[in-house]
Amino acid sequence: MTFLPSSLRQPSALPGFGLALGFTLAALSLIVLLPLAALVLRAASIGPADFFKIASDPRTLAALRLSFGTALIAALINTVFGLLIAWVLVRYRFPGRRIIDAAVDLPFALPTAVAGISMAAIYAPNGPIGSIAKNFGLKIAYTPLGIVLALVFIGLPFVVRTVQPVLEEVESDIEEASALLGASRLRTVFQVVLPHVYPALLTGFALAFARGVGEYGSVIFIAGNIPLVSEIAPLLIVIKLEEFDYGGATVIATLMLAISFAMLFLINAIQGWSRTKYGNV
Amino acid sequence: MAMSDRFLPLAHTPERATSETALTKAVLIGIAGLFLVAILFFPLVTVFIEALRKGWGTLFENFSDPDTLAAIRLTLLVAAIAVPFNAVVGLAASWAIAKFEFKGKNLLLTLIDLPFAISPVISGLVFVLLFGAQGWLGPWLVAHNVQIIFAVPGIVLATVLVTFPFVARELIPLMQSQGTSEEEAALMLGASGWYTFFKVTLPNVKWALLYGVLLCNARAMGEFGAVSVVSGHIRGLTNTMPLHIEILYNEYNFVGAFAVASLLAGLALFTLLAKSLLEWRFAGELAASSRRN
Amino acid sequence: MSVPVRVRNLEKNFGRYPALKGVSLDVEAGELVALLGPSGSGKTTLLRAIAGLEQPDAGQVLFGDIDANTLSLRERRIGFVFQQYALFKHMKVFDNIAFGLRARPRVSRPSEVVIKAKVMELLHLVQLDGLEARYPAQLSGGQRQRVALARALAIEPRVLLLDEPFGALDARVRKDLRKWLRELHQRTGHTTLFVTHDQDEAFELADRIAILDHGRIEQVGTAAEILERPATPFIDSFIEGIARREAQAREWAKPHVVVSR
Repeated sequence: MTFLPSSLRQPSALPGFGLALGFTLAALSLIVLLPLAALVLRAASIGPADFFKIASDPRTLAALRLSFGTALIAALINTVFGLLIAWVLVRYRFPGRRIIDAAVDLPFALPTAVAGISMAAIYAPNGPIGSIAKNFGLKIAYTPLGIVLALVFIGLPFVVRTVQPVLEEVESDIEEASALLGASRLRTVFQVVLPHVYPALLTGFALAFARGVGEYGSVIFIAGNIPLVSEIAPLLIVIKLEEFDYGGATVIATLMLAISFAMLFLINAIQGWSRTKYGNV
Repeated sequence: MAMSDRFLPLAHTPERATSETALTKAVLIGIAGLFLVAILFFPLVTVFIEALRKGWGTLFENFSDPDTLAAIRLTLLVAAIAVPFNAVVGLAASWAIAKFEFKGKNLLLTLIDLPFAISPVISGLVFVLLFGAQGWLGPWLVAHNVQIIFAVPGIVLATVLVTFPFVARELIPLMQSQGTSEEEAALMLGASGWYTFFKVTLPNVKWALLYGVLLCNARAMGEFGAVSVVSGHIRGLTNTMPLHIEILYNEYNFVGAFAVASLLAGLALFTLLAKSLLEWRFAGELAASSRRN
Repeated sequence: MSVPVRVRNLEKNFGRYPALKGVSLDVEAGELVALLGPSGSGKTTLLRAIAGLEQPDAGQVLFGDIDANTLSLRERRIGFVFQQYALFKHMKVFDNIAFGLRARPRVSRPSEVVIKAKVMELLHLVQLDGLEARYPAQLSGGQRQRVALARALAIEPRVLLLDEPFGALDARVRKDLRKWLRELHQRTGHTTLFVTHDQDEAFELADRIAILDHGRIEQVGTAAEILERPATPFIDSFIEGIARREAQAREWAKPHVVVSR
């Protein structure tokens, strides 16, 4: 069954190409591309002047700063601890290792709203951890700190799961060679073993960051949601929509998307570069 | 340095020539463990503790509240539509991509992955821009008395968008690695395309399909941001379970909110369990176990 | 039942790479012909083109009087044994062999009773009695090979095509299976083509051998014909090993004096 001209596709003995591809493209267009087109068109219909006005509104800027800032910090924290957790899971054997390994996927499986109210309860001034923090004069819930903690929860599996397979594939003979050459354990780990993992670590960081920027459900319960102070960008989009300010919502969404795609591009570039350098990721 | 490894009572694997001291290992495991308990374990346990704060009786009362039941029904309905649809799309996409050579494959793969890169709120926003009252097709819809936004169809669409890539991402790498020879053999033996698909291809990917469906379902039932935007938050009508949790929480009915949350948390635990089981037993038949994301 | 196969000026390009450059071959009904050549010579491409798994860019394939182009893959009734066997790993041996029979459209599908009888008969033919409930993963390489063959024979093919049938097996098993395939062919009489890069195999098994190089057939003939009159210097050096081994075999077959204490 020829659906595309032969210059675009290799003829094959298997049937069903046209049907399968056609259906896929139809679903893709209807569910993904058409709605996105609506966004792009809407963004384009707002003239550059208006676009800039909305984009540079203090409230918008504050929201974007908050979203990107907290996502960045959370991603950095996850990079450090995610690497540690991956290391411990891959290289050590201890009771409960399998369970912990499975548990790392919890943020993937747990609905964001559930995580949100749960963390709000824990870090609220009268919650288990929040009350301890209060004694130290530290307020967690309803502040950016709370947002960071929520984003750490969300982003953790991205780092761990991206680093784990790479760490598993590191050959033991290079470590042995390093030790035989007289290197201390610390040096071996940081100069011989970890460099293999850095590209994956970077990818994990980028994924956690991208996810954190767009996160909504797990954040709005623990954030204060006070404009200019603790209001995240996705929330601002929702508020604009409730006010029927479609234009405003579109502008913020477009800015967020532009940065998300830049991240995707960056991830692919990193993976491509590391593949040429190291052979696989 | 190697000597003190012998003091580590937990190692089952042979000693490595190069390894950290037992103390270092213990400390690292300790830090990792503490971190995980604080960040992962605590929130999970809190859900159940708070749900039971007023006892089992109240918990079951909360479950049988009519608005809660409506929310549960809606969540199940949305998942029952979104998951099979995305499963079929996933199968179609992986058939086309894995069994044939054509230009533009990479572009198609990127497009399929697109929903993963978009914030859930934006996934809802795009449908409002398309079908909302002031949206692209808004006037046409109003004229024909069709309600998509602030009604169930909108919720279904937003959920489908958000969970679009899940099944495809599990199937494609696996089917690519399986190649086409079994299908070719089946065709040579006289089977039709559909017969080959159902009797040869599908059995070869059944565990990966189940895995993808599990993940897709967990996300479909738990989706909040996208659905929040397109729903009208109308109690008893357009509230899924996550939205209902939000409403209860905002009314300071914490126990009620956590009660509903505990149901979803239970689903999450089930998903994790099933997922781990599949990974553990069928690692060779899930491309997922070598590429986690 | 068994038909002659005629290939006329077959051409096949993969992108800009010419895999087959105008290949012609006549195979008589019931003949066992080897397609011999180094890797890259186009022998597998030729086999797959005859099977219909590759679409030729030019030329014709005829099964008896029927132009293969008029037949879909299903209709060709070709028994194809893949290099890696391509057994359905999720089906038992029985179901693998029965597959072609069960896949027939309702009108021509035999009953399960008939199918069972046929499958057991084939299992007996390939000497795998008792293994019908096993899965491919539980079989040795040689056993899988024979299941693949039984599966192909089940549909009563016009032509039997084998792609490097013994390539994945170790030397000892190869020798045994070679003899066994020869006997099987004599019993069933299918027109058979098989691809190999192993000269000894081709010369030992086949009625006639077609030697390919760089997408062309350099010579077709019986073993004796080729050994006596190689058509090109390439063939001459290609069969060098065989001539030497034959000479050695003749040498060792002479009576020896064995001295023992």
